[in-house]
Amino acid sequence: MTVTLFIPCFVDALFPRAGISMVQILERLGHQVVCPEEIACCGQPPFNSGYWDESRAIAAPVLEKLKDAEAVVIGSGSCGAMVKKFYPELFANTPQAELAKQISDRTWEFSDFLVSKLGVTDLGAHFPAKVTFHDGCHGLRELGVKKPPRALLARVRDLQLVEMAEAETCCGFGGTFAAKFPMISTAMGDVKCASAIETGADYIVSNDSSCLMHLQGLLSRQGKPMKTIHLAEVLAQQ
Amino acid sequence: MTERENILARVREALKVPAPLPGSHDDVQSHSTPPVAGARQWLPKVGDSFEDQLALFAKNALGLKADFQLLNSAEEMRQALIRLRDSGSWKRAACHSGPLTDAICPMLDRPLLRTDRPYDVHALEACDVGISECDALVAQTGSVLVTSRGAGGRALSVLPPHHVVLARREQLVPDLPAAFELLKKKYAGDYPSMISFITGPSRTGDIERILVLGAHGPKQLTVLCF
Amino acid sequence: MTTFATQFKESAQRMTRDLRHREIIRTALHNYEIVRDQRKTAFQDWPTARQAAAETKWEAINHLDQHLVAFADKLAARGTKVHWASTGAQARDIILGIVRDKQARSIVKSKAMTAEEIHLNEALEHAGFDVVESDLGEFIVQLRREPPYHIVFPAMHLTRGEISELFQRELASAPTDNPEELTMIARRVLRKKYITADIGITGANFGIAETGMISITENEGNARLTAALPKTMITLLGIEKILPRIEDLAMFLPMLAVAGTGQSLTCYNTLYGGPRQPAETDGPEEFHVVLLDNHRTELLADAEQRDALHCIRCGACLNVCPIFRNVGGHTYNTTYSGPIGSVITPHLRGLQDWKHLSAASSLCGACTEACPVKIDLHHHLLQNRRNAAVGKPAFFERLAYRIFGTVANDPTFWSLAKKLAWLTQPLQKLVQGSALDPARAWTQTRDLAPVARESFKDWWRNRP
Repeated sequence: MTVTLFIPCFVDALFPRAGISMVQILERLGHQVVCPEEIACCGQPPFNSGYWDESRAIAAPVLEKLKDAEAVVIGSGSCGAMVKKFYPELFANTPQAELAKQISDRTWEFSDFLVSKLGVTDLGAHFPAKVTFHDGCHGLRELGVKKPPRALLARVRDLQLVEMAEAETCCGFGGTFAAKFPMISTAMGDVKCASAIETGADYIVSNDSSCLMHLQGLLSRQGKPMKTIHLAEVLAQQ
Repeated sequence: MTERENILARVREALKVPAPLPGSHDDVQSHSTPPVAGARQWLPKVGDSFEDQLALFAKNALGLKADFQLLNSAEEMRQALIRLRDSGSWKRAACHSGPLTDAICPMLDRPLLRTDRPYDVHALEACDVGISECDALVAQTGSVLVTSRGAGGRALSVLPPHHVVLARREQLVPDLPAAFELLKKKYAGDYPSMISFITGPSRTGDIERILVLGAHGPKQLTVLCF
Repeated sequence: MTTFATQFKESAQRMTRDLRHREIIRTALHNYEIVRDQRKTAFQDWPTARQAAAETKWEAINHLDQHLVAFADKLAARGTKVHWASTGAQARDIILGIVRDKQARSIVKSKAMTAEEIHLNEALEHAGFDVVESDLGEFIVQLRREPPYHIVFPAMHLTRGEISELFQRELASAPTDNPEELTMIARRVLRKKYITADIGITGANFGIAETGMISITENEGNARLTAALPKTMITLLGIEKILPRIEDLAMFLPMLAVAGTGQSLTCYNTLYGGPRQPAETDGPEEFHVVLLDNHRTELLADAEQRDALHCIRCGACLNVCPIFRNVGGHTYNTTYSGPIGSVITPHLRGLQDWKHLSAASSLCGACTEACPVKIDLHHHLLQNRRNAAVGKPAFFERLAYRIFGTVANDPTFWSLAKKLAWLTQPLQKLVQGSALDPARAWTQTRDLAPVARESFKDWWRNRP
């Protein structure tokens, strides 16, 4: 299969290792990976703030570039939700409405693609550590991704997964929310970090880099030893 | 135009644009029949036999801290009521006329205030117990179904600190859908002005979510059933 | 920024720092979650029940005119006086009119969020009438002269110590830390009020079109007493509370209880179909029902958000909302807080003044998941944001997105932007935390993620 991998803006600039890991995993499984260079952002920031014209200006080229893709895999849960769930709404009553729906049908979040589309859970990965998994809200509630990450982690050698009490609670990032309401965002993040630390895990793992960025920012500032890592990076370790 | 006409006109105007069917953002399928027709299948299980349902009512009552006594005869009901009188040191009781209350309440040997005749609320306030019959017992929830017509008015079952219900086994219905069926069959076209499902003694959790019984309504609810 | 938005932020700042308060709320909600989950599991099929409840509400709201007419006419046919109020002011005037007509000296009230919405108590007190709230939680916040904290648990934020001090101060009661004793103090005070009140005012959880009845859900019995003893009873309810059939309650009563408090049913679920009947010996001689619009028809006209009118006011969305539990109910400064409040307040009170409530959300979707009638809450918050931006775009924010769009869509600009970010990183570190720091909103409490030397696109381009 030719997989079109869309690595969104902040993963590209801040967490390239997550994207690189995804490429490695897909290529090891024998698929051809294509990363369109001309598109950098799914258009979610203006969309979430209500500026849908500006969002469409960013998203329209994305639709064009993904037009002929066999399968689209997005390197983040929230951007995946943007393309899969919200593009049809964003482009409703526009000439691209039908295209948005078609692309939505062919779009996957990374872990869901591996497990539900490719039917793969064992990637031969090895990651000797105790980890806890954070369910990013967009992946969990917009895309319904709950089991795939856990199915994949279960096959990683020497990895121990402990669930935190607040696994499904929002970490508090929420895009521009984190900057517009920093006090609430931080409070939510603190609750999340405390729940993660309670498990005694070494790492918080998630399929959404934006959540990890927020949690790591808090953990580092507070001098806490707990680390964060993207699911793909864990799965790419051999 | 009256306000009624104004509001209805705005409603009709608004409804000219259709709204999407619910759950269109979810996976569960839509139903074509009136939705609540299937309620029995989704609400908590009640068991198939009468005995199962009776046991469920008893279990629910226990959880609600309601005192449910299953008896074998009217005589046992009388004895149970007298035991309650003595342990509660009742001096005055309130009740209404009904086949069970008529047979048993006079045996209490206490002044009885009848709330199905004109009565003074202060007199009811001075009563230790309100004794009523009921329209049904609901197994699914452990509820007692009363109405203003069949349970001595609106206040009898809620003002005195102890409410005693005299019931017959046959009055047990399995679930809430059955209770509403019963109400419709019995009263359609001529409903009492008040219908109430009583599910345990009065309670509140308003102070630190700690359960306290007897917030305003009765602190004790006893159901005597034979 | 309007004063409401500024107030919200100031309150959020204060409340998120109040760890003691956050712990009280966290404990209360944790206990609720445990019983709620037990009750949900007891249902044979909660998901299908939700869908059926959503469809029933859809049926009710999308045929609202027919059901309202049936409801009103059936009530009137059996002796109830039905009033219609387009605005809160009209509703207040109607109720004041009845109260004056009866020359009421004392009014007892059971819980009614709709009455909070129209500021009924203030209007009655201003006109010289004595109104006492009979629900324990409402009684407590009324004594404290503050609004309810939560639509179902009005005094959730208070400890028994605070309540004891309050009662000592306002009721001259003896000090006690025991919740049962505190409850009995309130019970004794209120008992006298029920018996002497001329007028009982209630809200309603549902209005049944088929039989012309209102339905009240409660645990304490205070609404039952309010509806039993005073000579005149007035019920205020929003027009959206209508359900088509009486047997719809077989589903709605348990679902309201499970989602609202984690009970299988609340203690008293009561239907009232009119004043006392000729053969009945107690109950009000006069029963008035006041139907309130107050912008509900406007929300009805917004087909995209019409399902917000399906709300049964269970409070489940408040209980699961991470914003609510960290800023607290009073921070919203509205009648309806939490997700449902954030959705409908712009419709009830004005979009531009109240759009900040829709912005103050991470759109996690826990509310939509919890709603027993499947209101698409978090998407409505997004729609409010869109409507607000269309109505009054913020110049610099929109400009920023346009610039960002130009940069993101052009590989050269994008490459340049990343290089610049990497180069200026050390500069940002120098001004971090100060007024010059452009990322101050983030860096106040969090470290910034380092910009990668080699971005993903760089790595991809440089691959052999």
